[in-house]
Amino acid sequence: MGNAKPETGAFFPRDRSLHPKAFTPDYKTSVVRSPQKALLSLNNTISEITGPVFGHEILGERDNDLILNFAKPGESALGERIIVHGRVLDERGRGVSGALLEFWQANAGGRYRHAKEGYIAPLDPNFGGCGRTITDDDGTYSLRTVKPGPYPWPNGVNDWRPSHIHFSVFGHGFAQRLITQMYFEGDPLIPLCPIARTITDQAALDQLIAPLDMANTIPMDARAFKFDIVLRGRRSTLFENRMEGN
Amino acid sequence: MAQQLNHLRETASQTAGPYVHIGCVPNFSGISGVYDEDLGIAMVNEKTAGERIVIEGQVLDGTGTPLKDALIEIWQADSQGLHNSPSEMRGTADPNFTGWGRQAMDMSTGVFRFETVKPGRVPFLDGRLQAPHVSLWIVARGINLGLNTRMYFADEEAANAEDPVLMRIEHQVRVPTLMAARKGDTYHFDIYLQGESETIFFDI
Ligand SMILES: [Fe+3]
Repeated sequence: MGNAKPETGAFFPRDRSLHPKAFTPDYKTSVVRSPQKALLSLNNTISEITGPVFGHEILGERDNDLILNFAKPGESALGERIIVHGRVLDERGRGVSGALLEFWQANAGGRYRHAKEGYIAPLDPNFGGCGRTITDDDGTYSLRTVKPGPYPWPNGVNDWRPSHIHFSVFGHGFAQRLITQMYFEGDPLIPLCPIARTITDQAALDQLIAPLDMANTIPMDARAFKFDIVLRGRRSTLFENRMEGN
Repeated sequence: MAQQLNHLRETASQTAGPYVHIGCVPNFSGISGVYDEDLGIAMVNEKTAGERIVIEGQVLDGTGTPLKDALIEIWQADSQGLHNSPSEMRGTADPNFTGWGRQAMDMSTGVFRFETVKPGRVPFLDGRLQAPHVSLWIVARGINLGLNTRMYFADEEAANAEDPVLMRIEHQVRVPTLMAARKGDTYHFDIYLQGESETIFFDI
């Protein structure tokens, strides 16, 4: 959290036009899992403005290093070594300090370490597929991993997920809670993917695609990709609307 | 022409997918040795103040089938109505209560279960007190943007009757979808994603 004063303002209303709709029939699972009635608009109360905040003390040394955090001593995960780095910002462009990021992904062959996973690509005995970190005072974060492979999934008869890393993000308020996916620049599977295509706003989808960042590569070791994440911003409390006498 | 607002756009949501457990509750998913404990598993300890309760239920799809791959997070005030958050300016919440919980559905039954305390009342924007409530956030495969709802306590009749949020719901016939029924120390709360008894979801 740094030394910044806690923020207590209500969040800007969510621009739902940039998010996927709930009912997106090309992504078949959404058909019976999408609410059909209108959402009830609720101006933020303290219950939505506040949220859990996590301290750096929860982190282990290798939590943001998926190459090593599941590997046997002296071994490491197989695949293309990459660094993903960026900032968590709010809609006002300010860095969000103390944001908890959790990430998960398939291994380099496109296989998840999960009981329900059925793809024939092999597990990597040195790759678990989960990691987490907390942003610094200016909102920066980084992680090291192997580039996840694309994988087929049962939706259409020949649907493939582009390479992606799942991100779960905590800002400072429960209303900022967000789960998204990061894609990789130049992946020809992105425009074909029914999940990526649940986002119909092209600029919003482009915002999920991380560019190759050669300036932050570690020569002879790992390439870098940059992925900034924007959370909802909140009103300044300078002239917070209060009932007279309150 | 005027100056630019220079507001950034929020990052778009994508579904949590079927493997959200790997990232959010890895020990539950069978990945041990990376984190000591899954975050949000324990909200209370032996020193937590307030009335201990359990919240239990299922999330049901439009066919009435319980989801077995969903993840729910809850956020609530402590027994005195204070949140364990730096943005809580009215006082200091119980240090022995996190206020935040995260649980996966049981992979065979689809039942979720939180051990928590009954929350105190929290003021609405105009200072009126809201009825005790728990905020929920539901993600799963097939849910493109996390769903926000609230759980109220059916046995808090007086508080519910004057709750500013419940009072302004146009279709009062839907209010019972936000009510958890008590049996012993357990409040039962099923969440219906679709259909006749679709739960009220909020745009917060
Ligand atoms: Fe995935």
